[in-house]
Amino acid sequence: MTIEELIEVAEKEKKRQSQYKHRILYCAGAGCVSCGSNATRDALKKALKEKNLEQESEVLGTGCMGLCGEGPLVKIQTDDTLYQQVDATRATKIVEQHIVAGKRVEENRVDTASPFFASQQKIVLKNCGEINAESIDEYIAAGGYEALGKALTEMTPAEVIEEIRKSGLRGRGGAGYPTGLKWGIVRKGQSEQKFVVCNADEGDPGAFMDRSVLEGDPHRILEGMAIGGYAVGANQGYIYIRAEYPLAIERLKLAIKQAERMGLLGNKILESQFNFRIDIRIGAGAFVCGEETALLRSIQGRRGRPKPRPPYPSEKGLWGMPTLINNVETYANVAPILVNGHAWFAAIGTPKSTGTKVFALAGKIRNTGLIEVPMGIPLRRIIFDIGGGTSEGTEFKAAQTGGPSGGCIPKEHLDLPVDYESLATVGSIMGSGGMIVMDSTSNMVDVAKYFMEFCVDESCGKCVPCRVGTKHMHGLLDKISKGKATADDVLLLEELCMMVKQTSLCGLGQSAPNPVLSTLRFFRHEYDTLLKAPEVFIPSSDGKATA
Amino acid sequence: MEAPKSKTTTHPSGDNRFKLLDRAITKHQAKGDALIEVLHVAQDIFGFLENDLLIYIARALKRPLSQVYGVATFYHFFRLKPNGKHTVVLCTGTACYVKGAQAVQEALEHRCNVKFGETTEDKNISLISARCVGSCGLAPVAVMDNQVVGKLSPEAAIERIEEWERKPEEVPA
Repeated sequence: MTIEELIEVAEKEKKRQSQYKHRILYCAGAGCVSCGSNATRDALKKALKEKNLEQESEVLGTGCMGLCGEGPLVKIQTDDTLYQQVDATRATKIVEQHIVAGKRVEENRVDTASPFFASQQKIVLKNCGEINAESIDEYIAAGGYEALGKALTEMTPAEVIEEIRKSGLRGRGGAGYPTGLKWGIVRKGQSEQKFVVCNADEGDPGAFMDRSVLEGDPHRILEGMAIGGYAVGANQGYIYIRAEYPLAIERLKLAIKQAERMGLLGNKILESQFNFRIDIRIGAGAFVCGEETALLRSIQGRRGRPKPRPPYPSEKGLWGMPTLINNVETYANVAPILVNGHAWFAAIGTPKSTGTKVFALAGKIRNTGLIEVPMGIPLRRIIFDIGGGTSEGTEFKAAQTGGPSGGCIPKEHLDLPVDYESLATVGSIMGSGGMIVMDSTSNMVDVAKYFMEFCVDESCGKCVPCRVGTKHMHGLLDKISKGKATADDVLLLEELCMMVKQTSLCGLGQSAPNPVLSTLRFFRHEYDTLLKAPEVFIPSSDGKATA
Repeated sequence: MEAPKSKTTTHPSGDNRFKLLDRAITKHQAKGDALIEVLHVAQDIFGFLENDLLIYIARALKRPLSQVYGVATFYHFFRLKPNGKHTVVLCTGTACYVKGAQAVQEALEHRCNVKFGETTEDKNISLISARCVGSCGLAPVAVMDNQVVGKLSPEAAIERIEEWERKPEEVPA
């Protein structure tokens, strides 16, 4: 396939779409599927058939539309109307009223001008919920593979890396390492064989951003990886994805097959000299495999245990070769940067944290779902404008970001801008994008204990501080929550936190104490109220100690 | 007389399911690096990984059994014991935790008289906990016999369990 043919495919697809009077989109993301969006689809199709409108209306499944708590969602793309909680009866009603009579059904219509939608800025999620996730033609019609074409025909690998570097894009997996810099290191590596790996082992509980992107716009990731492969000089890519995401795996497999068939993956991509293949590796449920060295070992069929760094994977990764490893969301940003230019991307967000960030908003909040906001947006706007405040009208207490590696941000810091540096100042991290809201009914000691229990379970056991330290910290937290601890136990807990943080081998152990440290910092009174008075030993007259 | 040469070893039991497994092993050229992929396929076919199966895989991939066993036990996804007839996979992710998954967990453990990660004595119900099933908008969530049930209350969970206990004969094995 040549670039001209690519443009032809796009034109043909646009023409096909314009034939339809109505494009009816239903959300086929995992959240809506589990609320029964397949029944909604069937009802829509049946109703259209009854009205003889099959020829002029198209029903198609898309990726996540965002409002995951109100599914199944249906969107009439033609006039941009969104409906929530569309069961079979409501689906029939929508066809009868909206499609046939041209009158919007008001009872379950979602106001798309509300702050939930208006405050968002979509780059990564631009196609999610707008195109058929299982059609490569629709992706191409939406501008897909244009960036890959541009890179292969107009740019040298060094220019691609320079473009990414200037855009200021930083790793979206949590640590925020500058992407352009990482690509440059892999490019410099002297090796015949190099690899590109996509980390889709989204292990943080309460985070579903990567899953939604993979389900809703799988080609975007393939394109980003192929551009990465071209830039660093690799011809083999791996996507390491959790086994818990069957729908995303299915869509990725289909997308790879489609791209190969069109000559957008495989040998001589777009008639150039560049070859690139992508294979899927399915994880098997180990949180530590989100750590890059552990992930690479898992791809090689071993236990996912981290290795000391350096050497970094960008120097010695898979089978000892230089390996580029980035997160799903990072790859999703690559194509738009190449198409729109680094200046466009760098203008979004803050000078040090450019672009947007996708968050999975959940917990005690009115609007749960998937959002994308520019970096540097105040936390208050995310929670109250976009999220609509706490769910039961209770008082907001804290927002937890970064999962078991992050911390809790209390209401005093609601005006904190959400970027890498600011979050670090309050002892949390950006993380991969899970944001859990807690209200006054949540007990922060229990929250800390919950995360510690997670780390105990997920510690791989290789290094002692993490293996023994997390277990011991969990024991202390348990003692505190049961009201059996004294002030000395809290001091011991703090000491242990610092020790585990400073001496663990990998990110899992180094960040495991974060939830404890941040709750101790902001909610110490909750710990204090649970403490009992220290036992004082008074020597009795016969010399024996009694309590 | 020489035995006919075959690319993969076949299992002496003559169990046809091993042919499927052999196919997967051949697809990966019997490379040890494909161990996790092969274990996935094996679990798909057999339901769980019993010792005999692990020995077979170790031989086919020419890896020490200790390594195969190590990998199979390291990852949560692999099961070394069969599940019960019915399974409850309760999400214990943060969103579910904040929304009260613990109450559901306690209620289920009390009702079934086993802890999470175990199967009832009559091999009818397995309680399994999952880290996050990614349906945080519907928290608390459980996957009951492959069906995602959202906004789950302890009462609703118990009700489902009682339904399963009432009619074991109507359930496909």
